Amino acid sequence: CDHSLDLEPKYDVVSANIYKDFSNYKNILAKLYAGYAVTGQVGPTGNADIGGIDEGFSNYLRQYWQAQELTTDEAIIAWNDGNLRDLHDMDWTPGNEFLRALYNRIYYQVSLTNEFIRETTDAKLSERGISGANLEEAKLFRAEARFLRALSYWHALDLYGNVPFVTEEDEVGAFLPDQIARPDLFKYVESELLDIEGSLMAPAPGNTAQYGRATKAAVWMLLAKLYLNAEVYSGTARLDQAATYTKKVIDAGYMLEEDYDDLFLADNHTSPEIVFPITFDGLRTTTWGGMTYLVHAPVGGSMPAADFGINGGWAGLRTTKAIVGLFNDVSGNTDDRANFYTNGQSLEINDIFTFTDGYAVAKYKNVTSAGNVGSDPVGNHPDTDYPMFRLADAYLMYAEAVLRGASTGNRAQALEYVNKLRERAYKGQSGNITSSQLTLDFILDERARELMWEAHRRTDLIRYKRFTGSAYLWPWKGGVKEGRSVADFRVLFPIPTTDLTANTKLEQNLGY
Amino acid sequence: TTRGTSTDLNGNFNIAVPANATLVFSYIGFQQQEVAVGNQAAFNITLQTDTKALQEVVVVGYGTQKKSDVTGAVTAVTSEDFVKGQNTTPEQLIQGKVAGVQITTNGGAPGSGSRIRIRGGASLTASNDPLIVIDGVPVDNAATSGAANPLNFLNPNDIESFNVLKDASATAIYGSRASNGVIIITTKKGKAGQKLSVNLSSQNSLSVINKKIDVLSADEFRDVVNANGSETQRALLGNASTDWQDLIYQDAFTTDNNVSVSGAYKMLPFRVSAAYLNQEGVLKTSQFERYTGSISLNPTFFDEHLKVNANYKGAKTNSQFADQGAIGAAVAFDPTQPVYATNNFGKDYGGYFQWLDSKGLYNPLATRNPVSMLEQRKDRGEAYRSIGNVQLDYKFHFLPELHANLNLGYDRSESDGYTLTPANYAPDASSGGRRTQFEQTKTNELVEFYLNYAKELAGLDSRIEATAGYSFQDFENNKPRFVATNAEGVPLSNVEAGLPENEIYRLRSYFGRVNYALKDRYLLTATVRLDGSSRFSSDNRWGTFPALALAWRINEEDFLKNSNTVSNLKLRLGFGVTGQQDIGSNFFPYLPRYSYSDNTAQYQLGDQFYNLYRPEGYDTGLKWEETQTWNAGIDFGFLNNRITGSLDYFFKDTKDLLALVAVAAGTNLTNELITNVGNLEARGIEAVLNFVPVDTDKITWNVGLNGTYQKREITSLSKVDNPDFEGYFVGGIAGGNDNRIQINTVGYAPNTFYVYKQVYDANGKPIEGLYADVNGDGEFNEKDKYRYKNAEPKVYLGINSDVSYNNWTLSFVARGSLGNYMYNNVYSNNGSYKAFSFSNYLTNVSSNVNETEFDNFQLFSDYYMENASFLRMENISLGYDFGRLFNDAVALRLSANAQNVFVITKYNGLDPEIAGGIDNNFYPRPRVYTLGVNIGF
Repeated sequence: CDHSLDLEPKYDVVSANIYKDFSNYKNILAKLYAGYAVTGQVGPTGNADIGGIDEGFSNYLRQYWQAQELTTDEAIIAWNDGNLRDLHDMDWTPGNEFLRALYNRIYYQVSLTNEFIRETTDAKLSERGISGANLEEAKLFRAEARFLRALSYWHALDLYGNVPFVTEEDEVGAFLPDQIARPDLFKYVESELLDIEGSLMAPAPGNTAQYGRATKAAVWMLLAKLYLNAEVYSGTARLDQAATYTKKVIDAGYMLEEDYDDLFLADNHTSPEIVFPITFDGLRTTTWGGMTYLVHAPVGGSMPAADFGINGGWAGLRTTKAIVGLFNDVSGNTDDRANFYTNGQSLEINDIFTFTDGYAVAKYKNVTSAGNVGSDPVGNHPDTDYPMFRLADAYLMYAEAVLRGASTGNRAQALEYVNKLRERAYKGQSGNITSSQLTLDFILDERARELMWEAHRRTDLIRYKRFTGSAYLWPWKGGVKEGRSVADFRVLFPIPTTDLTANTKLEQNLGY
Repeated sequence: TTRGTSTDLNGNFNIAVPANATLVFSYIGFQQQEVAVGNQAAFNITLQTDTKALQEVVVVGYGTQKKSDVTGAVTAVTSEDFVKGQNTTPEQLIQGKVAGVQITTNGGAPGSGSRIRIRGGASLTASNDPLIVIDGVPVDNAATSGAANPLNFLNPNDIESFNVLKDASATAIYGSRASNGVIIITTKKGKAGQKLSVNLSSQNSLSVINKKIDVLSADEFRDVVNANGSETQRALLGNASTDWQDLIYQDAFTTDNNVSVSGAYKMLPFRVSAAYLNQEGVLKTSQFERYTGSISLNPTFFDEHLKVNANYKGAKTNSQFADQGAIGAAVAFDPTQPVYATNNFGKDYGGYFQWLDSKGLYNPLATRNPVSMLEQRKDRGEAYRSIGNVQLDYKFHFLPELHANLNLGYDRSESDGYTLTPANYAPDASSGGRRTQFEQTKTNELVEFYLNYAKELAGLDSRIEATAGYSFQDFENNKPRFVATNAEGVPLSNVEAGLPENEIYRLRSYFGRVNYALKDRYLLTATVRLDGSSRFSSDNRWGTFPALALAWRINEEDFLKNSNTVSNLKLRLGFGVTGQQDIGSNFFPYLPRYSYSDNTAQYQLGDQFYNLYRPEGYDTGLKWEETQTWNAGIDFGFLNNRITGSLDYFFKDTKDLLALVAVAAGTNLTNELITNVGNLEARGIEAVLNFVPVDTDKITWNVGLNGTYQKREITSLSKVDNPDFEGYFVGGIAGGNDNRIQINTVGYAPNTFYVYKQVYDANGKPIEGLYADVNGDGEFNEKDKYRYKNAEPKVYLGINSDVSYNNWTLSFVARGSLGNYMYNNVYSNNGSYKAFSFSNYLTNVSSNVNETEFDNFQLFSDYYMENASFLRMENISLGYDFGRLFNDAVALRLSANAQNVFVITKYNGLDPEIAGGIDNNFYPRPRVYTLGVNIGF
């Protein structure tokens, strides 16, 4: 028998062997986390994870951010890349390549986590002789992988609703996954999170030893988000649980970052406010999406790139006057969160494709709180981390749950939390509100002020029933300057045609 | 004195000559005969048929065949028929000469390669390149780092012949690598008993640009910006008047010098050659330099029972690559700015004008100064490549009909190079300049053995020949990684370089062929190859590729045998299955495995960074792509082969395409996977006609015509048909990011353009942003794109002719193409006022904006689709042969040559012939004037 054709790669490790050596496990786990940050095995580009689109575009965070922000009043972009403008025009189709890339990213993440969970069952760990402290750590890794899978399934639930459903039970191969209805997916994500809650590490605010990893607080935050949006996702409100789980996050020891602006700088990994980040590094975690995109794309016009710690802006992202109008003073002198750049920029957007139409936003920067530029000497890739979950969001979610009728929280507490944010923003109590001012509408506006460009806006507008229809119009909603009504089916994105072709079991979301 | 006459139709002639004259009788297809006149008054001459013409052989896989016995679609082009002129890379020698073969050079860069397609190629995602076999060694045709073209290591002057195998019955002996056709290149050799001959040749050329892209002049641009620009943009206008395209191009010289010695030293026939080529590019700073040497030894031993054929070819190439981005930058750079200027920030950018931001930093979005891109950037590549083999052919002493043939070969290249920009090159100033480097080693080793048995079976009036063999070939490619440094050599980061790139694969094969001829007129060829590839799992590793062909030499039948009109008539019919396993850079597509990330793709967990182990997508069931080919052909020759030609029809159906398609989300470890799915069909007709309109003793005129019609269509692309599925987008264009203008859809040709239908006003001017509601749903959106035309021609043609008059020869080669469409990306990306949409820099626009007056880019408008049918006068050549001079000591020939003389086309861009059909940043093909001298001793 001749084995001359049985070659094995020189540097890749055959799957059958990789799990035999426990020292590989953390590198596999790192890939699961990195799935949100980088686009392939070579930074910033090369050996891409997913295909069919420019590698920089394929970045998870970039597309997630665009789906949540470009579709709303918070962000508009000047680039004529394919069907990118359809996101703001709200006339996307099932062929939209950006929505397809995001969908593919979500399922890439699901596939990778499934693989890891499948390969780290108790039976398999024991079969491979993983024991003692290694065994405990492997189990913790598995729980973290389940968290990351739940996080991506939550994105699928929020963005696409009724989607293919695969778990670690499904081996890699040619099969057609079943479609799961949105309420059932809600239940699945909830049950997964409740199941792993006890297995994850305890929150350790400010402890850099476990920085970047999901702790119990990340689970609580995600549960709170599920519950706050439960009516949208499943048809049944779950406000009590929303308040309960936000309170768990709040009581876990996180503290507001003293200076609001520092939350978005190159040394934000030291922030005691961030519950769960996506981490970046100018030399070692590099991509053309992620924070590279979020720091470069908003810089254009007369904005000096050097102030942002980068070698040049990409002249893309601005905001609409609907958001500017939420601040009485756009200078930032009153409310620190008004990070607008207005020099040479017009408030009105007459042409989407002109960067100087619309105020620019100077929020994410590759400089530290001490004013030092990040580690990349070329100025491409920032050190800045993305604050996916942070304490301020928990405060506002708590308040909203209470205002919506949660019996597990109280209004006075809600007011206190909201005013904590106001005090930081106003650098004193001048911006504090009274109990009577604390309304659901106020919360929505406050979320825009506090959490602008942090990928919450679309979900918030949908929960407030202002995303589609004519209840709320913003510049260029529906593709016209003054804004116009948009059909309600657009609260969900379509299943990409590529997957409808590949998987005949799937049915398109209504309306598309 | 020489005088001559022609015979009449019956062969009668009269000529007045002195008694000491010699009469020379010649006729096409017959041997020349010389007769001393003496005192004879009448001559009765019978010319012998020129058996050389009849014995003409073609090289097929693992052997040669008499041309008359060939049953498949094979075209041989030998050195006397090569395209003349300054051909620096081998494939140019047969450009336009072979029906069914399209050779499209990748532009005018020195040493650059070509896209070669035989009958359009058989694959969609896998390779469409033919297999190239040089002196029995199948070579690796993938790109070599530091060389512009994997074939340019071979000196065209060393080549004796090209044999192009087109249909499955001819190629199936190469089984798994045969679907896209095979090109067999044979180099020149010494011959037994040959007198020692030395040949020197030198060709020197001048290359010039004959066309530039039409952009606004400085004054026109000033007017346009003043009329359409914003106040800040108007303020950016400069006072200079710069024609950027003038500044980046040059007249370029090429010198190509060859020396070869061939002959036989006692029992050792040999040929040795050396050559030096130095080719400047018309784009400044591009240059290609090549040193080549070759040795060929062909001794025989044991009373000719053992024939040895040893070949070595070595080359060292030095390439200086210009930054071809300068071509686009010269089109787009603001013509009102000067080349050199001091800036207001005291920054040293080498004295070049560049667009800076408000703090004096280079603006990376802005167009780079094209002159700085050329003058401040060094991009060098150095490659050594050698290819060699020893072939032993032993004729058994006790059974001379049986040969054993052993072929050991290798092909190895080593290359390295770097790019370097200094600290004052504005785009890299922030990092203090930039230096990157690369190295690559590629090795390909071959062992082949076969037995060949040939026997005349007189009793059965037949002849049989059988071949059976084994082949093993191993490929390895190794490429270490390096970190980028600044101009001083200081690494740009403390992150170390990642693991090398390493690619390995092997092919193991068994093959066999039987040729059978009955009564010298009924011919049969049957071949089979069993191929194993390391790219597939052991369950799917082996593929069987059979072929069968029949031919009928009708002219050998009694009713035609004595015909004066029909000298050759042969019908051919063939069918075969060939395979494909070359899916590019993925060498273990079936194997579940984890890859390890580079240090630039790590992730932070806690206070430590971790490299990433990634599970790769895989398909354990992956197997061979198979192409079934039918071929029916007729070869003909009339009037003693004064008119010859052939007509072939082919049909190819590729099934189980190795296609990159979307997998059901969540089912694999990636979203797109190379899978066996889909079908691709190709069909076509090839016609060849060669004739000799005039043939007298003074004037001979040959004309050759060839034409090919072909059509390709994707007939399936998914496991389940979904009529709503648009297809896969391909064909990236400039303008925006990741915009793609072509699509692969079932029912259409590969890479069909996918565009919006432009609406025009009464005067024929495109109405900006107004497109037809193609799907009729009452609104205009991306669903209104439609599939329109294709970059591949429906028909392509070659015309060549040569006339010789006494010692003069005049020849030309022209090529044409009909029905090929081009997306004019130069217009679409520069032809709108939006080009200067930025407040901190300006961009020139194409003059096309005067026609459209588009404010915004309309990248997907079919207005930019143009019919790029063309006829190119590839080459006109004039030669004078002085014959043998100085007491027969020296032979001298001089030639003058013009290449790329003119192009007839309606296409508005620079050149209608661009592989892929997207015109952007194209390195112009120069017009080349060459003077050559050839001296033989």
